[in-house]
Amino acid sequence: MEFLTFFVERYNYWIFITLMMMGLYIVIARGNLIKKLIGLNVFQTSVFIYYISIGKIAGGTAPIYVAGDMEKRGHEGGHDGAPAAALPGKDPLGQGAIHADEGLSENFGFAGNDLAALTGGAAPPHGEAVHSLPAGGANDILAAPPVTIGDHASPISDAARAAAEVVYSNPLPHVLILTAIVVGVATTAVGLALVVRIREAYGTIEEDELEAADHVAEFGESPAQARGAA
Amino acid sequence: MNLAAQLPVLPIITPLIAAPLTILMPSEKFGGRAPYVWATLVAWAAFAACAALLHAVATAGPISYHLGDWAPPIGIEYRIDLANALVLTLVSGVAALVMPFSFRSVRAEIDPRQTSLFYAALMICMAGLLGVTITGDAFNVFVFLEISSLSTYALVAMGGRTDRRALTASFNYLVMGTIGATFFVIGLGLLYQATGTLNMADVKHQLAGDNNRMVEAGFAFIVVGMGLKAAMFPMHLWMPNAYAYAPSVVSAFIAATATKVAVYVIIRFIYSVIGIEFGFIEAAFNYLLMPMAIAGMFFASIVAIFQDDVKRMLAYSSVGQIGYMLLGVSFGTEQGLTASLVHLINHGMMKGALFMAAACVMLRVGSHSISAYAGLARRMPATAAAFILSGLSLIGAPLTVGFISKWQLLAAAFDSGRAWAGFLVVASSFLAVIYVGRVIELMLLRPPAPDAAGVKEAPLSMIIPLLVLTGANVYFGLNTELTVDLAERAAHALMGSAR
Amino acid sequence: MSIEHLILRVVIKIMFAPILLFALYVQFHGDYGPGGGFQAGVIFAVAFILHALIMGLEETKRVLPVGVLKVMMVVGFLFYAGTGVATMLLGGNLLGYDAIDPQSTHHAGQHWGILLVEFGVGMAVSSTMLMIFYQFAGREQEIRDEDW
Repeated sequence: MEFLTFFVERYNYWIFITLMMMGLYIVIARGNLIKKLIGLNVFQTSVFIYYISIGKIAGGTAPIYVAGDMEKRGHEGGHDGAPAAALPGKDPLGQGAIHADEGLSENFGFAGNDLAALTGGAAPPHGEAVHSLPAGGANDILAAPPVTIGDHASPISDAARAAAEVVYSNPLPHVLILTAIVVGVATTAVGLALVVRIREAYGTIEEDELEAADHVAEFGESPAQARGAA
Repeated sequence: MNLAAQLPVLPIITPLIAAPLTILMPSEKFGGRAPYVWATLVAWAAFAACAALLHAVATAGPISYHLGDWAPPIGIEYRIDLANALVLTLVSGVAALVMPFSFRSVRAEIDPRQTSLFYAALMICMAGLLGVTITGDAFNVFVFLEISSLSTYALVAMGGRTDRRALTASFNYLVMGTIGATFFVIGLGLLYQATGTLNMADVKHQLAGDNNRMVEAGFAFIVVGMGLKAAMFPMHLWMPNAYAYAPSVVSAFIAATATKVAVYVIIRFIYSVIGIEFGFIEAAFNYLLMPMAIAGMFFASIVAIFQDDVKRMLAYSSVGQIGYMLLGVSFGTEQGLTASLVHLINHGMMKGALFMAAACVMLRVGSHSISAYAGLARRMPATAAAFILSGLSLIGAPLTVGFISKWQLLAAAFDSGRAWAGFLVVASSFLAVIYVGRVIELMLLRPPAPDAAGVKEAPLSMIIPLLVLTGANVYFGLNTELTVDLAERAAHALMGSAR
Repeated sequence: MSIEHLILRVVIKIMFAPILLFALYVQFHGDYGPGGGFQAGVIFAVAFILHALIMGLEETKRVLPVGVLKVMMVVGFLFYAGTGVATMLLGGNLLGYDAIDPQSTHHAGQHWGILLVEFGVGMAVSSTMLMIFYQFAGREQEIRDEDW
């Protein structure tokens, strides 16, 4: 039973490993260059999944500041500087996940205010303003007439509000993977461009046929001829 | 702007901004001179910045530069100590010589419509390699690595105009290189999971000798991934064809820099990121790096003997030379590390010079097959002299940099009680005598091929950079102050940071 | 213009502007929520790719010639790099946005910096995506309507 739990708890890794090996196998076993590139893509994508899964915190929402939460942090962060206490227990990786950076919320506080003003619907309600916010300042924006929240607020932020603290997933892996995705796109583009050129030069994109053609070029032609051709 | 404070970022940002501007330059007007002159100036500027950095680091100690004013470990940090200042100077120095060298060779081998794209890609490649070396952020290494690799794939494929095998070589390089880079990213992910940080110094700090399997696996992925990029035996299969069929200028630049940077990254991760106090590093040294290095030294050298294509022979020789560098690392001693760093720099100089000589021959004779070298000493004396001197350096003849590297390596082998490794180094050097000797014999003693009557010396724009680099091979063989002393200090600092 | 694929042609004409608008929304909403230059750039390019798929590549190349794309790629990148260099000239480090507005108490410089950089990224990404598409699609003779 413990063995089973061990397996099931780490299901994200199994997905990652399966995809990774599938991709690697396709790269090695397929002779068609396009299929090789697709395998390479699967291989890279598996790593994206791995990165994103290690940044995920159970119960954590997307690492985008929820307006009300930011209000709270912006004002209380000074004397209540331990939001990390709200980290849920079930984080199989623990160390990998960091809590959303406190300093950032102050940097971008203005953005949050605008957001609250723009999308009042998604903002937490003021009625249940558990955050004993000091009056005035940025909160005036939130003091606008409350809107119907139930429809707009996502269940995640509901749950988070119940905990009086929004838990965010670790944003860093997302950023890293955004970069890696761009690299992957560039690699695929260069690879496909090469395949197009190979197809134009050789008339085939099957690896064994390419090797046969290269073999002829290497051994079927005398060096003098090669020099003449060049 | 305070130029001194911004110095660390200049080697990266100069070519990175210059490259897209190159795209807008006319390729065919002025005989393609506009992008060429521009690229040369940029390479010199980057070299000046790197040399200034080396000087600053050698006199005042490591420099830390915070990108975007975000302090590490949150922000990306450029951290320059002696080890990477040396590699930076090597990369930018080779670029500063290859760029002026390139003009005639590029005009002969590259489609004239692509001249500006070619120089843009070369500059991006250079910026990427410099970035890999300079950064103190582990993920940043990956980003710059892929910047340089992607431009290298395109550059290698540009050789497809003269030989279509460049296309398949480039595709194979792309597949292997991407697998290597992805392995590296997996390794980084594991390290990040174990420590929660990506700053190299901070990873080291967080690990604090704390052994667990995640770190072990991460280390294995990183070494395999970087080993692929460094063409560490037996992961070198992409390299001979890519070097042989790439345009001559590209071969000269890549051979002198790309694999060296990858070896540097391996050294950096072993010493500054993970630290050598882990038991598994010791095991990796003894059971992975050392056997692979020795196997590479012999296998690649033996294969090189049987090559009929000089560029491919030099590529196989590079695989063997990477073996020497990794052998030095695998001793796990300060002296071994010094030898490794010295050889890293020296090998960049010799391989750069050899591939540049091959480019001269390619321009005048039109082939890099070994038969094209027959009787070359009479037709192209300067090129032949440069080839012979750098070839002797590759073998390790006294008065050249090759001798200094081998000497350091031997001293490190004997000092760490591995005399047998020293003998193997000497034995494999004899293999180098054979494969270099073959070409030298052909150049000096054979009569030239009858259809090579019109062959004359390469133009001055190529001969001068070639002779400068060959001169560096001799100069640093006599005056070891710059290379060996700095490498010793760098190795000492790396060892110090590893404990 | 032929009468072939009338529905597709009408649909793309209707969809074209909203796709561009959505790209701009994603671009500038990147400040507050999911979005930013990369995503916006791709969406922006998609509008033109759809246009090319239905109207033909030649038609799209008349709207957005390759030369313009090349300049857009470079200018987009230089927006990014230029912001970085500008902060260096203003006395900060590379991409140290606070140097843009050092007096600000709430780091307004960060806001401006990221806005400029993301604009450059969006421009570079959209033109690069389109360039890749042009290069791939332009290698073969276009398939005539009758041959479908």
